Amino acid sequence: MTRFVEVIARRDCKSFFTSGMEICRRRVKSRPSLRGDLTATGQRGCGSGRVVAKSTAFRYQKHEPPGAPWRARQPEDGMALTFKGGIHPPEFKHFTEDKALVEARRPGLVVIPLAQHIGAPAKPVVGKGDTLKAGQLLGEPGGFVSAAVHSPVAGKVLKIADHPHAMGGLKPAVIIEPAEDGGDGEWELMEPIAEPGRVEPEKLVERIRAAGIVGMGGATFPTSVKVVPPKGHEFDTVILNGAECEPFLTCDHRLMLERGEKIVRGLEILLQITGARNGVIAIEANKPDAVAHLKELTKDSARISVVKCKVKYPQGAEKQLIKAVTGREVPVGGLPFAVNVLVQNVGTAYAIAEAIYEGKPLVERALTLTGPLVSEPKNLWVRLGTPVSELLEQCGGLKGEAARFIMGGPMMGMAQHRFDLPVAKGTSGLLFLPPPPPEAFTEGPCLRCGKCVDICPMNLVPCDAALYSRAGNLDEAERYGAADCIECGSCSFVCPAKRHLVQSIKLLKPSVLKRRAERARAAK
Amino acid sequence: MSVEDNKAQPDKAAETRSDKPDKAPAKPKKAPGKAVKKKDPVELYELSVSNAPHLKGKAKTSKIMIAVCAALVPALVGSVLFQGWRSLVLVIIAAVSAVVFEALIQLLTKRKLTIADGSAALTGVLLAFNLPYGVPWWLPVVGSFAAIAIAKQAFGGLGYNLFNPALVGRAILLASWPVHMTTWDTVPKLANLSGTTIDALSSATPLAVMKHSAAVLAEPGLYDPGAVSQASEAVSQLTGPLGIGKLALGQVGGCIGETSALLLLFGALILIMIGVVDWRIPLSYLGAIFVFTAIFGGVTTPDGTYHFTGLFHLMAGGAMLGALFMATDMVTTPVTKGGRIIFGIGAGLLAAIIRLWGGYPEGVSYSILLMNAATPLIDRYTTPKFFGSRRAKEAANA
Repeated sequence: MTRFVEVIARRDCKSFFTSGMEICRRRVKSRPSLRGDLTATGQRGCGSGRVVAKSTAFRYQKHEPPGAPWRARQPEDGMALTFKGGIHPPEFKHFTEDKALVEARRPGLVVIPLAQHIGAPAKPVVGKGDTLKAGQLLGEPGGFVSAAVHSPVAGKVLKIADHPHAMGGLKPAVIIEPAEDGGDGEWELMEPIAEPGRVEPEKLVERIRAAGIVGMGGATFPTSVKVVPPKGHEFDTVILNGAECEPFLTCDHRLMLERGEKIVRGLEILLQITGARNGVIAIEANKPDAVAHLKELTKDSARISVVKCKVKYPQGAEKQLIKAVTGREVPVGGLPFAVNVLVQNVGTAYAIAEAIYEGKPLVERALTLTGPLVSEPKNLWVRLGTPVSELLEQCGGLKGEAARFIMGGPMMGMAQHRFDLPVAKGTSGLLFLPPPPPEAFTEGPCLRCGKCVDICPMNLVPCDAALYSRAGNLDEAERYGAADCIECGSCSFVCPAKRHLVQSIKLLKPSVLKRRAERARAAK
Repeated sequence: MSVEDNKAQPDKAAETRSDKPDKAPAKPKKAPGKAVKKKDPVELYELSVSNAPHLKGKAKTSKIMIAVCAALVPALVGSVLFQGWRSLVLVIIAAVSAVVFEALIQLLTKRKLTIADGSAALTGVLLAFNLPYGVPWWLPVVGSFAAIAIAKQAFGGLGYNLFNPALVGRAILLASWPVHMTTWDTVPKLANLSGTTIDALSSATPLAVMKHSAAVLAEPGLYDPGAVSQASEAVSQLTGPLGIGKLALGQVGGCIGETSALLLLFGALILIMIGVVDWRIPLSYLGAIFVFTAIFGGVTTPDGTYHFTGLFHLMAGGAMLGALFMATDMVTTPVTKGGRIIFGIGAGLLAAIIRLWGGYPEGVSYSILLMNAATPLIDRYTTPKFFGSRRAKEAANA
């Protein structure tokens, strides 16, 4: 029904100028917040553009030039920003949300996989037996889309060998024995850039690349590649993703609370690199303290605003966050640069600030070690490469006998079968859950209840997409959205028949995408 | 179905229980170093591995079925109060026989027994709700067989049936035993409760009275004056506040579940509130009936008064039961939001057309069955616009 109204509203705006004005006026009257926005942009009514904004999203001007004066709606509106669809899983944040970040003990063994990011693995530049300083380069980027890796400790390279990898299988890794002396002595750091405002953006990007920074929300896409839009595109908005919509995880929350200054500085650097005029820090409404803290920190900044998003999964998904904050929809199969927006995790912004101001490579990160089975759940500040087993020991081990161990959040994280895996750049959580109830795996027949269709944040038809994915029918699977799935798992969460919807779609998605790419190439 | 055959594949991903110590020898030797020599806590635990998401919601098929059954209880209580204990007995007979038939068929065809999901029991209850009060005890049993064996299991069981099983059961009974299915004169309590002219006509449902009266009033010259005056009185009674009130409360003749519109509405509102039932189908269905009968269903009595029948058609007969509980059957209705509205409007229009101009006084069950057949088509043509597809189109046009 809302969609129906929305469609009518949009048609009106487009073809009947006057009625469009009327609708806009009514909107403005009913919501004082928008009045401010509209006057701020000098756009009264919507004769030249269109109102796509529904109850909550910001209006989107079709011909809005990049860099036009633009502000995200402010949380003073009383309403949190949101997108259509999504679910409300239990949050389980109470385990760790009040616990400050604790520095984890220096690891007894460090395993640095050469592939911790999307793209080509890093090429090792050290050899067996080499003595390392903390912060020393271990591997240089193996291609354009790649990232460097550094040593988080002083020590000695034991060997470069295959090691179990969080993404499955064995992948080459640099295995380091930390120096015995208990300290890391002198760090090998890059030269700090004290005044990034006076430096060429290219140099800052080069520094981000040298520091091995990747997207730390879990996607691990090399940041140096992401911050430079392809030719013909530019960013007008940078959104820092502090939504942390995955249940259980609280490390971004703590990072924002305890180290907010550096996050804001990271955002300023991103604004400088991209030339974007607006920086937005988007935080879910269940972290009011973080919202207040960052607002306080940014109150003097004209370009940076802090917005509150509705508590909903997957609020932190890139496309959904852009929709919630700006009202813009990233086109199907497209990337955020298509709507002039860059999204980065708050942890990434922190790492950028460290790399620029201190010259420190990405060798540490915040993570949440939690779950009902953990004796003392904690937010930890850990060095990359620390084996999970060591961190688990520091949290008092597990209560109970059988468990599920998940790297990442419970909705999108990967279940692992061993504890000797190292913490990598994209590891935001280590989650220990009780064994799944047996019925969790027994599928019932699809009732066609449409719950998955109702909540799909991408507006797909998950039940049919899953059905055809299993049948291997590429055409039909694509027709119902298998290629556009963001794999958030909301459909599997709500399914009353406990069907493996997202799991099935994941099976065929690579083939569908491959075919789509081939088709696009053939069209050119 | 091929879907069933392929089920094993994702299961592999979903359920791989791995016992760490067993697997260890197969893995290459772990990295050397002192940390490995320490007793690894990994040895103590058995880890289950499955594909994300690792959290599942509380919704469950059986819970949905139980909730719908529970929402039907107020209407059943109303039926017992207004009609008598026989309705409860019929409901129990229908539900038990439906469960027994489902179990028997699944045992005979060596399939997994799924009577615990409650869907068969719900089908039985809904079937009984569609039967007149006075039917012989064996009729619900036959109806349950038709519903479960023919409409449901022959199509592959829950989730695969094309038509609403309870309505197929009813349609088969109506075609096979029309006398039993349209005899309403054995309702003992109603004669006492209704003190109006409907009394004289208590052998028929209000809808039949309305249809007959409307036919009489359309061509009053063909009937004797007594019949005409009786018809006009019946129409003014039925569309007046008293008649509507009695229809809403349930003090009229009709099927077991059709008596009280308000009690059905009460149960359904709870279902909508807890999210089991989507509001789109009931609202669009009832809205279509209301609008259509309001426009085309008006009756003018010889004294020149125009009687508006929109509200009457909402309250009378199976409109409420159909809209709230039969047309909202998940399996046989569209999955998309737009599709549900199309389904509701289509079924509502069909029901109104059958009521006003069709051969039967009541058209709810056929309207739903007809739209059931259109459901796959509706689903196919109402696939929602994917997130960003509108924007992609704009970009392509620009």
